[in-house]
Amino acid sequence: MMLSPDLPGASSGVALSIENLHKSFGTEPVLKGLDLAVGRSEMVFVLGPSGSGKSTMLRCCNRLEEPDSGEIFIEGDRLTGPGVDLNKIRQRIGMVFQSFNLYPHLNALGNVTLALRQVQKMPRAQAEAAGLDALDRVGLSARARHYPAQLSGGQQQRVAIARALALKPSVMLFDEPTSALDPELVGDVLDVMRDMKAQGMTMLVVSHEMKFARDAADRVIFMDHGRIVETGPPEQIFGNPQEDRTRAFLSRFHG
Amino acid sequence: MDRFLDTFFNMAVLGRYAPAILDGALITVVLSLLIVSTGIALGAGLACLRAYRIGPVSFAIVIFADVWRALPPLVLILLAFFGLPNVGVVLSSFMVLYLVLMLVLAAFAEEIVWAGITATPKGQWEAARSTGLSFTRALVFVVLPQAVRMVIPPLTNRAIAITKMTALGMVIGVPDILGQATTAQSFSANASPLTLAAIAYVILFLPLVIASRWLEARFTPPGA
Ligand SMILES: Nc1ncnc2c1ncn2[C@@H]1O[C@H](COP(=O)(O)OP(=O)(O)OP(=O)(O)O)[C@@H](O)[C@H]1O
Ligand SMILES: [Mg+2]
Repeated sequence: MMLSPDLPGASSGVALSIENLHKSFGTEPVLKGLDLAVGRSEMVFVLGPSGSGKSTMLRCCNRLEEPDSGEIFIEGDRLTGPGVDLNKIRQRIGMVFQSFNLYPHLNALGNVTLALRQVQKMPRAQAEAAGLDALDRVGLSARARHYPAQLSGGQQQRVAIARALALKPSVMLFDEPTSALDPELVGDVLDVMRDMKAQGMTMLVVSHEMKFARDAADRVIFMDHGRIVETGPPEQIFGNPQEDRTRAFLSRFHG
Repeated sequence: MDRFLDTFFNMAVLGRYAPAILDGALITVVLSLLIVSTGIALGAGLACLRAYRIGPVSFAIVIFADVWRALPPLVLILLAFFGLPNVGVVLSSFMVLYLVLMLVLAAFAEEIVWAGITATPKGQWEAARSTGLSFTRALVFVVLPQAVRMVIPPLTNRAIAITKMTALGMVIGVPDILGQATTAQSFSANASPLTLAAIAYVILFLPLVIASRWLEARFTPPGA
């Protein structure tokens, strides 16, 4: 892939860059000029109260939600604007949803290989090998033939992660990946995310798992009312937040 | 009692007309298979087309579905059989019966499958699109299979109801089971051929009803 150096966001270390992103629903502005650059292999955690626009920001990053204005780049390639081959560029952005959204009529392997087969046009044998490999990375190759209804919530979410991983994305987006899980199942999913980070995956994570953010995130950003209020390393955000709103938000979690 | 037996179970009449009823049964089976396969395919196709939400297209589909569901099939059959020749379209009675019932089933199937498509959670579309599937691929590989599974019970009920209406072909002279039986009944002045027809219908449709139970049990969505 050619990266021309004068493109915005094309500087060597940036995997995902968001520039002046605006989005309204009706007359209600939800994102009010967001700027964010996520470095290669960086794990950025996004915190913020309900309704602050965290999900909307993530969904704009693969244009499940259409931004009103602003630009988004994946490794220097523009995602926003007309004439972009969305189906192609979306394969470079893995997305993990709070509610897993596994296809109930396909088994785990079928879930993981569908896009490989239908979009990347891989032959069956090759797709299944790649699918099993992805399932292996989340520790579920033994469950390849199980249907979603036969898996626990934590296992379903790991299959959903494998479904995204199989496409070998440059960036992974997580929208509250553990919020729908029973507490005892959260750890397995977080362990998978930790492994992914160790293997150099770039991740943008919306989550309330503060403890995990503290010891795994490279950077934490705090969002409120459609803006990034504060950004910094976890020690700073959790230990010594500079903004009142950040402090007020975090105090609710520390009781 | 003798009179009852002679009216409904006259052995001589039964024997004489059994081959004709068998011929009729073949026509009923062929007709039913054609109607169900093409009618459901067309209905599902229209429901898919509607999923693209192109204003005029959706509008046309809704009008088609509503009109064909509203009119009694017998009216449509008579209109097509006696009306179309006046505008230069001459179709065999078999063709008229097939087309009308196929389109009626398609109209119902469109509404049923559409209900399934709209009931499929939005997250399924989003997951599919986020992995790079186009709208069409998401529809074909992710949404439609779930939608169809969801609506198998109403779909099989409707298919059975429509195939039973092949008996309406009698009024335009289709030599199906009932057509053969009524002809035989008027020649023999005896109701036994109609008994045969009833038996033939039971033999043909009971397995279908039982199969539909099995289908319904198999595809009942989890938790329902
Ligand atoms: N499709 C939509 N149509 C209209 N309004 C929407 C839509 N999606 C989100 N919103 C509104 O946009 C605002 C931001 O929503 P968003 O889901 O991004 O918040 P969030 O930070 O993810 O919140 P939460 O923590 O509750 O998930 C909310 O006020 C929400 O009601
Ligand atoms: Mg959200």
